[in-house]
Amino acid sequence: MKSTNTKLLIGAVALLVLPLILQGFGNAWVRIADMALLYVLLALGLNIVVGYAGLLDLGYVAFFAVGAYMFGLMASPQLSDNFPAFAAMFPNGLHSPLWLIVPLGAGLAGLFGILLGAPTLKLRGDYLAIVTLGFGEIIRVFMNNLDHPINITNGPKGLGQIDSIKFFGLDLGKNLDIGSYTLSSVSLYYYLFLVLVVVSVIICHRLQLSRIGRAWMAIREDEIAAKAMGINTRNMKLLAFGMGATFGGVSGTMFAAFQGFVSPESFSLMESVMIVAMVVLGGIGHLPGVILGAVLLSALPEVLRYVAGPLQAMTGGRLDSAILRQLLIALAMIVVMLVRPRGLWPAPDHGKSLQAK
Amino acid sequence: MEILLQQIINGLVLGSMYALVALGYTMVYGIINLINFAHGEVLMVGALTSWTIIGLMRDAWPTSPGWLVLFVALIISCVVASVLNFVIEKVAYRPLRNSPKLAPLITAIGMSILLQTLAMIIWKPNYKPYPTLLPSAPLQIGGAVITPTQILILGLTAVSLAVLMWLVNYTKLGRAMRATAENPRVAALMGVKPDMVISATFVIGAVLATIAGVMYASNYGTVQHTMGFLPGLKAFTAAVFGGIGNLAGAVVGGILLGLIESIGSGYIGVLTGGVFGSNYSDIFAFIVLIIILTLRPSGLLGERVADRA
Repeated sequence: MKSTNTKLLIGAVALLVLPLILQGFGNAWVRIADMALLYVLLALGLNIVVGYAGLLDLGYVAFFAVGAYMFGLMASPQLSDNFPAFAAMFPNGLHSPLWLIVPLGAGLAGLFGILLGAPTLKLRGDYLAIVTLGFGEIIRVFMNNLDHPINITNGPKGLGQIDSIKFFGLDLGKNLDIGSYTLSSVSLYYYLFLVLVVVSVIICHRLQLSRIGRAWMAIREDEIAAKAMGINTRNMKLLAFGMGATFGGVSGTMFAAFQGFVSPESFSLMESVMIVAMVVLGGIGHLPGVILGAVLLSALPEVLRYVAGPLQAMTGGRLDSAILRQLLIALAMIVVMLVRPRGLWPAPDHGKSLQAK
Repeated sequence: MEILLQQIINGLVLGSMYALVALGYTMVYGIINLINFAHGEVLMVGALTSWTIIGLMRDAWPTSPGWLVLFVALIISCVVASVLNFVIEKVAYRPLRNSPKLAPLITAIGMSILLQTLAMIIWKPNYKPYPTLLPSAPLQIGGAVITPTQILILGLTAVSLAVLMWLVNYTKLGRAMRATAENPRVAALMGVKPDMVISATFVIGAVLATIAGVMYASNYGTVQHTMGFLPGLKAFTAAVFGGIGNLAGAVVGGILLGLIESIGSGYIGVLTGGVFGSNYSDIFAFIVLIIILTLRPSGLLGERVADRA
């Protein structure tokens, strides 16, 4: 017990000083850590749907998008620029407070999750996968085209000039000076995201142990048996969709504030697939595995960007960093699955549906 | 009225291409229960290979007749794509046949990204014009026009379907395929070699996808490394639409989807008073899919594969 506590302490200290060290090498490195944390948040949310309840969702990025656009619309000049009514009410642009947008974004994403879940309750495995995938594409097409005839999403150009996160007088978009030491903006975001991830891990862990979590896992293992034992499978599935989507919505709002810009490009099917890959590659249904998968798949390719230069020179520019990144992700997905089909860090006590047939 | 007829022709052409690709999905799903996400990429590789072959042939023999060039390119691309799909199955899917259900799905997605990336490295990421090899003068049918390429697409689809139906229903291989789809273990007891049957399925799927890819390229006139993604996705939708694992369902689903998409995008502007334009055409497939699956969870014609958890 004592050794676990020491390990936890070392881990916590390491996570806390990480951005301070990375900052020394340049903000780009802290940015990578920030994005990795956002992906961890997303992967944790998807893990509720796929890992716990066993519902394969290939359109998860849609909820991420809903959150991001919610923040984008409510904290940027977009609505005031395009609607005279809004401009009359908010002459300086709509800058809604964080405490309003984040719950709204989370709630709306959760609602979308339930809306998606409702018609798909009867569907099994792969059918569900393809319907969710379609749902994600529908959302993306709308984001891409709702700039006409009334301009809501600004189409493929995306929403810009989104406010940074401000709370209690602290603006995360600006560097913070503590005495003579400067804490950069990206590091501030790092701490915010870290707090969110820790809170999410605690929520997920508690959920897993709760009656709800057990009900989800019972559904995952054998839906008919779960129903026979008196579990309300319909409500439980909807709850899983809603919960997972809420996580996606929160990460979306954070993403929008962090980037200051959202466009449909960030919410392609590829992103959904990547998040599923993180969950499955790490170890589906197992929190440490999911976190490992998210960090590996999001951070490693970015790091490789920096070593890709020589390779690019060697191949006459054909193999640039973006291509190399894709190549590595693809190979990682194939090789890891071939070598460890249950993921890199699988749960020790896996249910039968996740074990060999 | 001319618009409707025109959209029906376009829809049939589009739908027959979806049907060809959907057959590959549905056969693979029917036998090994895998959504082969890399199937659209096989279509892409087929089309890009044919583009290269056509270029080479035109350089070597500038006066060659167009139909011959297209025919030779089609045959060679079919061989290339078949070998590729055969190897993919052997390397990436076969070792995972007894693994947790999501594992082969992830390798299939990985394979799809890998093929796209490799194609981007080999063929460069730009759009390439696909040469017009058949006479381009369109034929008039009651106010609507149809190009010789489109006639060829409809004809080739019909022939491919006929050959496939014969193969599945009247040959030894077809019987082995049906038996394996029903129950691989019992089929093996009866002397069927499931591994061989599965390889054959992937080869047949690759041939059908390549035919669709080459036709797609001839019809739209461009090729690129991402061209397989959307047709692949819609073909899968078509397969689910018709009832996955059901060959006739894939064909019906493909053609219906093509018709819905082209009639829908032709009329959506008029119906909504210009609020929604044809840029929404890509979502018809998915909306139809969601509605159909809500009403009939096993597709229009029902799935042929036995119920499984």
